[in-house]
Amino acid sequence: MTDNAQTPPENILVAPVEAPIRRRGKATRLWRNLRKAPASAWFGLIVIAIYVITAVFAPLLAPHSETELVGGAFEPWGGQFILGTDQLGRDMLSRMIYGARNSVGIAFMTTMLSFVMGSALGLAAAISGRWIDQVLSRSVDVLMSIPQLIFALVLLSILGSSITNLILIIAVLDSTRVFRLSRSVAQGVVVMDYVEAARLRGEKLPWIMRREILPNIMAPLVAEFGLRFCFVFLTISALSFLGLGIQPPTADWGSMVRDNAALITYGDVTPLLPAGAIALLTVAMNFVVDWFLHKTSGLRE
Amino acid sequence: MGLGIATLFVVSIIISLAIQMLPGDFAKAILGQSATPETVAAFQHEVGLDRSPVVRYFEWVGGMLRGDFGESYASAGSLAGHRRMVAEMIEPRLLNTLFLAGAAALIAVPLALFLGVMAALYRNSFFDRAVNVVSLTSISSPEFFLAYILIMFLAVKFPIFVSLASITPGMSFLDRLYAIALPTLTLVLVIVAQMMRMTRAAIINLLASPYIEMSRLKGAKPLQIIVRHALPNAWAPIVNVIALNLAYLVVGVVIVEVVFTYPGIGQLMVDAVSKRDLPVVQGCALVFAMTYILLNLLADIVTIISNPRLLHPR
Repeated sequence: MTDNAQTPPENILVAPVEAPIRRRGKATRLWRNLRKAPASAWFGLIVIAIYVITAVFAPLLAPHSETELVGGAFEPWGGQFILGTDQLGRDMLSRMIYGARNSVGIAFMTTMLSFVMGSALGLAAAISGRWIDQVLSRSVDVLMSIPQLIFALVLLSILGSSITNLILIIAVLDSTRVFRLSRSVAQGVVVMDYVEAARLRGEKLPWIMRREILPNIMAPLVAEFGLRFCFVFLTISALSFLGLGIQPPTADWGSMVRDNAALITYGDVTPLLPAGAIALLTVAMNFVVDWFLHKTSGLRE
Repeated sequence: MGLGIATLFVVSIIISLAIQMLPGDFAKAILGQSATPETVAAFQHEVGLDRSPVVRYFEWVGGMLRGDFGESYASAGSLAGHRRMVAEMIEPRLLNTLFLAGAAALIAVPLALFLGVMAALYRNSFFDRAVNVVSLTSISSPEFFLAYILIMFLAVKFPIFVSLASITPGMSFLDRLYAIALPTLTLVLVIVAQMMRMTRAAIINLLASPYIEMSRLKGAKPLQIIVRHALPNAWAPIVNVIALNLAYLVVGVVIVEVVFTYPGIGQLMVDAVSKRDLPVVQGCALVFAMTYILLNLLADIVTIISNPRLLHPR
């Protein structure tokens, strides 16, 4: 018992010295993994990289600003405007590029927020148990008993739709799913001897959460992050499509579909572009998550 | 059963808390900027905003039990005296939505089961992989993307169906079916994928068990093994995922109704949200939540019935 209790502190003392060597090993291992990755995962990674680059460098890539009126309404493709103009005469291509920044950025922030909340509460519930766990789990049960989109609609109608409200509402509603997952995987780790040892050493809750549990449940959480991002992204674009999410004149793929939907009846594919962009990113993310799950479960065998 | 009612009770409290959190300028938002303080006060009195939240909650629930969902705000402020009850607005639209969702479910569930069994039977073949890729794509796409693609190809390029699913009371049954063909197809595409993947996974999961090995050794055909030996034990997860997807249908229907301008309850709710007409939003949300909870409850019950070990607990 004394041996057990003493070993972890030793490891922690040694870890910083070893870190640089281990990190290089990680990088090579990552590269080796990537080379072995199937075509679908490569496709997914490349698509995600393109989206990220577009989002970061949007002002450099876009020929016009996202709100500027540059021509007549619904101008056709080609010529000055590669993808034509939208219902007010704004450049479609520029709005698509800025849309990458707005739609993906907002969805990413929301997912981050929901993960910070969900996993912190989930881990706290798993570690402390007792009434904290009961209170948190039961409230999550109640929140989950209302369909998410409907709940979001009710809350939006009360609070009004601004971007801050949108992010907060979706993050809170989505963190219930993160809570469930992190709580259930953490419960398997909490009973381990080293957690017990850390407790006996007198470590506080945040330390146990960060140093003992989190590293051990990282793989399922990362995979879940990918899936939740897709879900959040789809929910936000659905709300924007309904006209209740991201408000004009901010360029957003969901609302762009809604605004230009009239073109569909004339056989024009322009309104499908933003919708297709949403679908493509979600498919790409799913491919990467599939590969990641396969890899992490494969390593365990 | 008691649990379901308890959940419903909590949900009704949450939904009605909605009214409490209303920002103060709500009456102004409805009546317009030119409203005088007197009209605002009169409006608040009329819709009951000046009474305590607890009283309002019990009035609301009491009314609900008698089938009275309250009165739409959008009409309460009008001077013409034309009032619209929420229940009146919801009822015909709810029937429309149930018609649409029901048609989608009737097609989707058998199709998903069939495809799932086939994919499990010919696992790792070309058919399996093709079905897998198609279903992954349709899960990942937003509903409105699928809907517009269908409109594009089946209503505009090849005008087989109509893109606007407008329904009038006097329409015959067949005309109605024709009008909702595209929205139904969209919903089917959205929910079939997940049910099919789950069916396949549940069956394949069982194929490694010794009793399947046994029936294989005794010479049963692959299809027979799956249908007669694997499927009965796979019912629980499959039924669960079916119920979840039917519950998901409740949500998916909102977007699909807006795309096809179908006069259902989903569209009513979206309109009410943008007008911030809270009694209507509350009523719709409660109907949606009720369906969702009932379906989940049903899934639990079917799971217990399908498993003899749970049916006769020791």
